[in-house]
Amino acid sequence: MAEKEIDKLSGVETTGHEWDGLKELNNPLPRWWLWVFYATVVWSVIYWILMPSWPMLTDYTRGIRGQSQRAVVMQEVDALKTLRAEKGAGLADADLAEIQQTPAMLEFAMANGRSAFGDNCAPCHGSGGGGFKGYPNLNDDAWLWGGSLDDIHQTLLYGIRSDHDETRFGDMPAFGRDELLTPDEVFDVANYVHSLAGMDTAADANLEEGKTLYMDNCAVCHGDEGKGMREVGAPNLTDGIWMYGSDLDTIVDGINNGRGAVMPAWVDRLDPVTLKSLAVYTHSLGGGE
Amino acid sequence: MSLMNRHAIFEKNSILLTVGILIVVAIGGLIELVPNFYLKSTIEEVEGMRPYTPLELAGRNVYIREGCYNCHSQQIRTLRDEVERYGHYSLAAESMYDHPFQWGSKRTGPDLARVGGKYSDQWHHDHLVDPRSVSPASIMPSYPWLADYEVDPRFIETDLAVNALIGVPYSEEMIENAVADLRAQANPDDDNVDAFLERYPGAQVRSFDGDPRKLTEMDAVIAYLQMLGTLVDFSLYDDQADVNLR
Repeated sequence: MAEKEIDKLSGVETTGHEWDGLKELNNPLPRWWLWVFYATVVWSVIYWILMPSWPMLTDYTRGIRGQSQRAVVMQEVDALKTLRAEKGAGLADADLAEIQQTPAMLEFAMANGRSAFGDNCAPCHGSGGGGFKGYPNLNDDAWLWGGSLDDIHQTLLYGIRSDHDETRFGDMPAFGRDELLTPDEVFDVANYVHSLAGMDTAADANLEEGKTLYMDNCAVCHGDEGKGMREVGAPNLTDGIWMYGSDLDTIVDGINNGRGAVMPAWVDRLDPVTLKSLAVYTHSLGGGE
Repeated sequence: MSLMNRHAIFEKNSILLTVGILIVVAIGGLIELVPNFYLKSTIEEVEGMRPYTPLELAGRNVYIREGCYNCHSQQIRTLRDEVERYGHYSLAAESMYDHPFQWGSKRTGPDLARVGGKYSDQWHHDHLVDPRSVSPASIMPSYPWLADYEVDPRFIETDLAVNALIGVPYSEEMIENAVADLRAQANPDDDNVDAFLERYPGAQVRSFDGDPRKLTEMDAVIAYLQMLGTLVDFSLYDDQADVNLR
């Protein structure tokens, strides 16, 4: 079959293969296709030389460019940090009030704070800082732990009831679940709390008894007049602002099972300049003291 | 007959052709796959990795059962934007005890590789029961039954044993105490907490769903979410550990 055979009809050389009397024509591959194929072969050799490619016994060929996606991303992140350090120059050493009063620093802190807020704070406090049920509104004047720049910064750094050693901490007992109060007593206290806030009370509630129980059990944190205490994050019960809701059932539930909202500590997650930016940004949302 | 014409042997013998194809494809496959099992840079060992606790494993089972991986990946790629948003890029070693891994292939929701510690337990609880209560624009389905269903402890021991069979370093002691450990992690007042922490140092012990009296699937899945990405201390991790770095 080595000798060439030309097909009479088409004038094209055949491969010599024959099936049931039909012979296969040996048309050449299109030139462009062939050249692209050769180019990919050449490119693969260039790639082996430049880039990490062949596995060896204990290691692999690195390629003369020494390309590493890990190295590249770390360089890019470092470049970004450098750029931010330039733009935010001074924030690292400035105190919070200084940042707020220096327009250039304030501009950076607000922009940086807004984007960090969207990424890290909005899931609980809402993208506008309005909060959700169980997660405080940052736009109003009611602050559980204090609304000054330093207070906010402290909360951001170490969180509330977080796993950080420096965390802010307060513990409202589960008066009902742990049987510190009977259900009737809880009902009376809840109604007394309603009366403190100037809200309607149930007709069958014993407010005198509720007041006595309040003074014995609640006043130590919430104060004799229900104005709250920031050292332990006890809310003001008289301002008409309710984190979990104002209806009697919600208050009874709170007294029965206790409350203890948690905010994570951010000191190990975010850099110091971003944390300062966030404090200034949060302070600006409307309620800063 | 020249060498170039020997292909006729393959073309005329289908068994030989099949064997030939198998050999050629196997060579390509072996060169691509086998080195990953012995190259130092691909089996990088990282400090801090430990097997999942029984409760985390139960949570992981819920995660898989509910199909969380359909919308959430667990792999932070080496891209600046991802490192900025989610934290340090994921290491292969961080899924070394995952069978199967949960890297995922699609992100309808955010990546969860480092979600541990980012939100409070209460947030996870509220968000799983009704995502819209804390994220008004969320399209995630609600999973309210997690708060009611109790974790079924019958299979956890077998689960650990099967994982041990395929290479996860669970000790005999860990397997025997799987059920006790399952309960201890979600109840700080449990008598077995100290023994549990000896077996799984540094594990988080608390009532994850806020009710220590019941061991719910909510406990399990929050325990799992809260440990994701927290095992490796990246302040100690050497980025140069990858031998490929210049």
